[in-house]
Amino acid sequence: MTESTLETSGRNGLDERDPQNSAVPPRSSRGHRFTSYDVRAFEVPGGREEDWRFTPMKRLRGLHDGSAEATGSLDVEVSGDSAVKVETVDRSDERLGTAGAPADRIAAQAWSSFTEATVVTIPKDTQAAGPVTVTVHGPGQDRIAYGHLQIRAEPLSEAVVVLDYRGSGIIGDNIEMIAEDSAQLSVVTIHDFADDATQVSSEHAYLGKDAVFRHFAASLGGDLVRVNTKVTFGDRGGDADVLGVYFADSGQHLEHRLLMDHAQPNCRSNVTYKGALQGDSARSVWIGDVLIQAAAEGTETFELNRNLVLTEGARADSVPNLEIETGEIAGAGHASAIGRFDDDQLFYLQARGIPYDQARRLVVRGFFGELLQKITVDEVRERLEAAIDKELAAVGA
Amino acid sequence: MATLEIKDLHAEVETEEGSKEILTGVNLTVRSGEIHAFMGPNGSGKSTLAYAIAGHPKYNVTSGSVLLDGEEVLEMSVDERARAGLFLAMQYPVEVPGVSMSNFLRSAATATRGEAPQVRHWVKEVKQAMSDLEIDESFSERSVNEGFSGGEKKRHEILQLDLLKPKFAILDETDSGLDVDALRVVSDGINRYTESGDKGVLLITHYTRILKHIKPDYVHVFVKGQVAESGGPELADELEESGYVRFTEKKEAAAQS
Repeated sequence: MTESTLETSGRNGLDERDPQNSAVPPRSSRGHRFTSYDVRAFEVPGGREEDWRFTPMKRLRGLHDGSAEATGSLDVEVSGDSAVKVETVDRSDERLGTAGAPADRIAAQAWSSFTEATVVTIPKDTQAAGPVTVTVHGPGQDRIAYGHLQIRAEPLSEAVVVLDYRGSGIIGDNIEMIAEDSAQLSVVTIHDFADDATQVSSEHAYLGKDAVFRHFAASLGGDLVRVNTKVTFGDRGGDADVLGVYFADSGQHLEHRLLMDHAQPNCRSNVTYKGALQGDSARSVWIGDVLIQAAAEGTETFELNRNLVLTEGARADSVPNLEIETGEIAGAGHASAIGRFDDDQLFYLQARGIPYDQARRLVVRGFFGELLQKITVDEVRERLEAAIDKELAAVGA
Repeated sequence: MATLEIKDLHAEVETEEGSKEILTGVNLTVRSGEIHAFMGPNGSGKSTLAYAIAGHPKYNVTSGSVLLDGEEVLEMSVDERARAGLFLAMQYPVEVPGVSMSNFLRSAATATRGEAPQVRHWVKEVKQAMSDLEIDESFSERSVNEGFSGGEKKRHEILQLDLLKPKFAILDETDSGLDVDALRVVSDGINRYTESGDKGVLLITHYTRILKHIKPDYVHVFVKGQVAESGGPELADELEESGYVRFTEKKEAAAQS
C-alpha cells in the first residue's frame, strides 16, 4: 500500500522530456556508464564485475538475478508544508524516469517492477516551510518490495526533504531528485532499517541551470545497504554538495557509490563521506567517481572519504576515481583515508581524566561532527548524533 | 602532603626490531611542594619515563613501581591516574579534530573534580586562565590543538595544568620550541600552579634555560634510562657550564668495566 497524508493534485510536471529508452553503448570508462530502463539489457551479475566486486551477492536476496518477485509493498507517508504536492501515480506517468536511467541490473529491476510511484513536487517559486518528511516503511521481514520516488523542486523553489527509511524487508528502489532551474533542494536520506533488511537503492539527481542541490546520506541499519548516487548536471551553474555518514556494525555491509557527472560548464560538486566501522566483519565500501566531460569547462570538484576502523575485524574499502576530459577546469581533487582508531587521541583525553567510553565518544563525535553540523534540521541532526552514541555504547568495549 | 615514589622502574617500547628496554631502573621521590628538574641528553629516556607514569599504551612497564600516596599507579587506567592527581604536559600534544577546546576542558574538569563545575564560575575561571597565558578567547571554539603552533600547544598544556590543579605535574620539555616571550608566559603559568605550595613538579628538560624562570629544589641527571646523579640547583649550573659529557662518559666507563 502506498499512501500519503498530504492532499494530492493531478498537476503534471514541467519536464516533458521523454525517458531515454535507447540503451547507451557501454564503454570502458567508469564515468560513462551503460544505462537502460530494460532489466533484460543487463546481464545477471556474478560478483566479479567492477560494479559488483565489493558486494556480497548472496546477501542481495535475489534482487540482482530476477528471482526476487515482489511479495509486499512499501508504505510511504509524506508530511510537511501543505504547499508541497504529493501524488501517487502509476508507472505510465511521463514524469517518471526523467532524472536518469538505471545503470545497473537491480535499478533496472526496480524500474521494471514498481507498480506505484510517489511524486513530491515543490511548486515553482515556493519555499517549503519546515522539512518535508517522506517516511518509507519496508514491506516486513523477508518480504520483497520495489519502489519509486520522485522529488521535484520546480524553478526557484526551496525545500528540505527528509527521506526516512525504516522497518524491514528486501527493497529495490529508484529515487529521483530533481532541482530545476535556480531551485534549492536539500535531501537528507536516512537508511535506518532493522538488522535483517536489505536495500539496494539508486538515486538519480538532476540539476537544472544554477540549481543548488544538497544531499546528506546517513546509513545506520540493515544487513546490506547499497546506494548508488548519480548527480547529473543538466545545465550551467549547478552546485551539488553530496555528503554522507555511515556506521557499520558487526556483520553489516554498507556500500555507497557516487558518480558526479559533469557534462556542463561551470558546475561545482563536493563529495564528502565519513564512516566508522566496528565489530567482526563490519564492512563498508565507498566508490567515488567523478567524470568531467570535455564540455564541462570551469568545473570545480572535490571528493573525500574518511573511514575510522574502531575494532579489529572490520574492513573499509575506499576507491576515489577522477576522469577528466578537459584541461579547462577550475579545480579537481580527491582524497581517501582509512584510519585505525587513534590511540594517541584517546590517550590524550584520558590523560586529562576523561573516562575511556566518554573519550571514545568525543573522538567519534568529533570525527562525524564536521558533517553533522551541516544538517539544518535539528531533529534529524540530534537523531543521528544519538544514533552514533548508541552504536558506540552497543559495542561497549 | 602527597608523595610520588618511583621505585626501580623498568620499561620497554615496541620497535620494529623487537622490544627495547628504555628505562633501566628509575628511583625518584617527589613530595608536594617540591620542584624536581629532570635533565638528560636526548635519547636518555626522559619522555619514556613521563609516558610510562601517565600510562601510554606504547610503553610497557616490565618491573618496578610508581606509588602515589602509597597507591600503585601502574595498576590504574590512564584516566584513573589523571583523576588520582597526576598530570602530564606533553611534548607533542595531540590534535583531536571536531572536539572543541571548551568542551574538552569542561569534560576534563568534570572528570577530575568529580562534578561538573558551575557554568558561571567555570566561564570566569577559564577566561582568567586564558588571559593569564595570553591565549586569545577564540581558541576555546577551536578543535583541541588542531592547527595550533608549537607554542600555542604548550600554552594550552599549561592552561589545562592551571585549571585541573593536579597533585603532581610531569612537564615533558614544555620549554622546547618556545621563544623568549612564550617561555616567560609558560613559566609564569607553571609558577602560578605551584604557588599554593602543595604541588609537586617533575620538570623534564634538556636545557637549563627554563630554570632561570622556575627554581628547582632538586636536579637529577638522567642517563641511559636511570638517574645518574642527583643534587641541588648547583648541578644545573654545572650542566650549563660543561654539558652532559661527564655523566655520559661515566656511564660508558661503568658499562665497560
